[in-house]
Amino acid sequence: MAGKKAAAVRTISPLRKAPTGIRGLDEISGGGLPRGRTTIVCGGPGCGKTMLGIEFLVRGALEYDEPGVLMAFEETPEDIAQNVASLGFDIQDLADKKKLFLDYVAVEPSEIQETGDYDLEGLFIRLGSAIEMLGAKRVMFDTLEALFSSFSNAAILRSEFRRLFRWLKDRDITAIITAEKGENTLTRYGLEEYVSDCVISLDHRVKDQISGRRMRIVKYRGTKHGADEYPFLIDEQGMSVLPLTSLQLQHEVSNDRVSSGVPDLDQMLEGQGYYRGSSILFSGTAGSGKTTLAASFADATCRRGERCLYIGFEESARQITRNMKSVGIDLEPWVKQGLLFQESWRPTQFGLEMHLLRIHKLVEKIQPTAVIIDPITNLVSGTSQKEVQSMLMRLMDFLKGKLITSVFVSLTEGGASLEKTEVGISSLSDTWIMLRDIELNGERNRCVYVLKSRGMAHSNQLREFTMSKEGLGLIPAYIGTGGVLTGSSRLAQEAKERAAALAEEQENRRRQHEMNLRRLNLQAQIETLRAELAEAEQRIEATAQADEVREDQTKRDSAKIAKSRGA
Amino acid sequence: MKNKPKKRPASRDVVELRLYVAGQTPKSLAAISNLTKICAEYAGEQYHLEVIDLAKNPTLARDHQILAIPTLVRSLPVPIRKIIGDLSDTESVVVGLDIASAKEKRRAARA
Repeated sequence: MAGKKAAAVRTISPLRKAPTGIRGLDEISGGGLPRGRTTIVCGGPGCGKTMLGIEFLVRGALEYDEPGVLMAFEETPEDIAQNVASLGFDIQDLADKKKLFLDYVAVEPSEIQETGDYDLEGLFIRLGSAIEMLGAKRVMFDTLEALFSSFSNAAILRSEFRRLFRWLKDRDITAIITAEKGENTLTRYGLEEYVSDCVISLDHRVKDQISGRRMRIVKYRGTKHGADEYPFLIDEQGMSVLPLTSLQLQHEVSNDRVSSGVPDLDQMLEGQGYYRGSSILFSGTAGSGKTTLAASFADATCRRGERCLYIGFEESARQITRNMKSVGIDLEPWVKQGLLFQESWRPTQFGLEMHLLRIHKLVEKIQPTAVIIDPITNLVSGTSQKEVQSMLMRLMDFLKGKLITSVFVSLTEGGASLEKTEVGISSLSDTWIMLRDIELNGERNRCVYVLKSRGMAHSNQLREFTMSKEGLGLIPAYIGTGGVLTGSSRLAQEAKERAAALAEEQENRRRQHEMNLRRLNLQAQIETLRAELAEAEQRIEATAQADEVREDQTKRDSAKIAKSRGA
Repeated sequence: MKNKPKKRPASRDVVELRLYVAGQTPKSLAAISNLTKICAEYAGEQYHLEVIDLAKNPTLARDHQILAIPTLVRSLPVPIRKIIGDLSDTESVVVGLDIASAKEKRRAARA
């Protein structure tokens, strides 16, 4: 015994896992179910236990070359084949290829009488022969608990179950047993007490008439696993689990910039547009041009030859395409070229997780570089804000992780604070572009501004947003003494200013002219005075000469007189 | 064809029994010995017992929908009855197989 134990210790190795092939489940379980062990899948009626088990077998047979045996206690093979045919599984084909074996174990209560000791060797023999026949690696029991209604000696059943799990382990069979949920316990008959390696709980709840499926790994011995409740979906491709919170804040970032589709808006964002892989929020009141801005981004994305996924919750794809033509954005060629994928569905069509899951699946399928969701506001209907916020956060993380630029359009209800988004995701988004209406003088004009944009020196300007057949444009709004003016009042104000400027210019010119005249006048006066001065000087000179002549004459006369007297 | 009319009245009283066992386990051996005892006492010669070892014939477990070992099936007279266990409780086996009447009949015949 001791030697055996020592040997076991020596050969210890990390838990081996059997991948389920179910999308998401392998991710949250860290690689699949514990190999060579039994896993309990429990939950209420209609929660998808059987689906999970059958998909585990079918995928095992198809993708991992591990044949499986299904021990069905409740449904006949025909019923099961029919049920899973809708998921695209052809059980009959697998059975023919000896990849899958279905054993229907008829359990008839009341018919059986018990006298004395017995065991379930018959079950072991059946299972053993089936495993041997196929070389099976996987087994599913659906559901073992049905035996409790058939055999009254619970003590024997329990010990036989214990023996069964050990038996499976010895054969290195990875098994799933389904179990009905109990009142306050995981399973009605407490099977989890025997199988304590891995317990998965499924839940199907309806909230506000919208159903949602959830999965939780209650327990997974010896391995790290996601412990949250994960939404899952069963559709025509089988089951998919959304590994929501397994994402962490470790996204790759890109320095690459992508155009918003509006050159003027790019100008506001350092002239280069958004960062690739960032999340962008357009918020604004009704009719402020959010969808147009989003469509223009879609157009720009496709113009670069990249794929874009446009999810509409309010308008159908055709309606968006038609409407956008009126502002000069033609999306149709992109759809035809397979660059633009438009998907529209009602937000009330499913629960939040279902939306998220659908988006996930679309993204995986299309592999776009940009995703637009228009609008996110409607998602709130029927669910709490908190849930929407967490869903959007997960979506953003998912998209960021794939370096997909995401655009979320959010409608601000009338009356609500403009800078408050309905679902409180403004803090999560990297770039927030706000659109608002300004009502003045009997008209309503659209304004746009960049409220925030992480990692760039964006404009702080409020611009008027105009839409015309030629496309979108941003005009610097009038910001002056009259406040912020847009539209015709901006035009009127501008005209007024132009007139005022003109008047001032004319006045200036008049004044200049006047002064010029005065200057000329003065100059003329100076000339006149100068002429007078010259004349006066001339006159003075003339007088002085005359005086001299006269003096000379007088002198000569006096001399003549003196000579004549003296002589 | 010839034998049919003869067999028909006989088969009304004949008890057809099949006992499913798996190898020579104590439970199986106990069931076989218990059953032969009970049959000898209650059913007289009016029974036909077949012991089927599923360990040798595993597919029969599936074909005959056997889970518990040992399982005793009374296929005739109809309706089919199933008794599981080592058949240690004689009384309930007798009741289960509904063969008490045979003994009564014989007793009555002797009297």
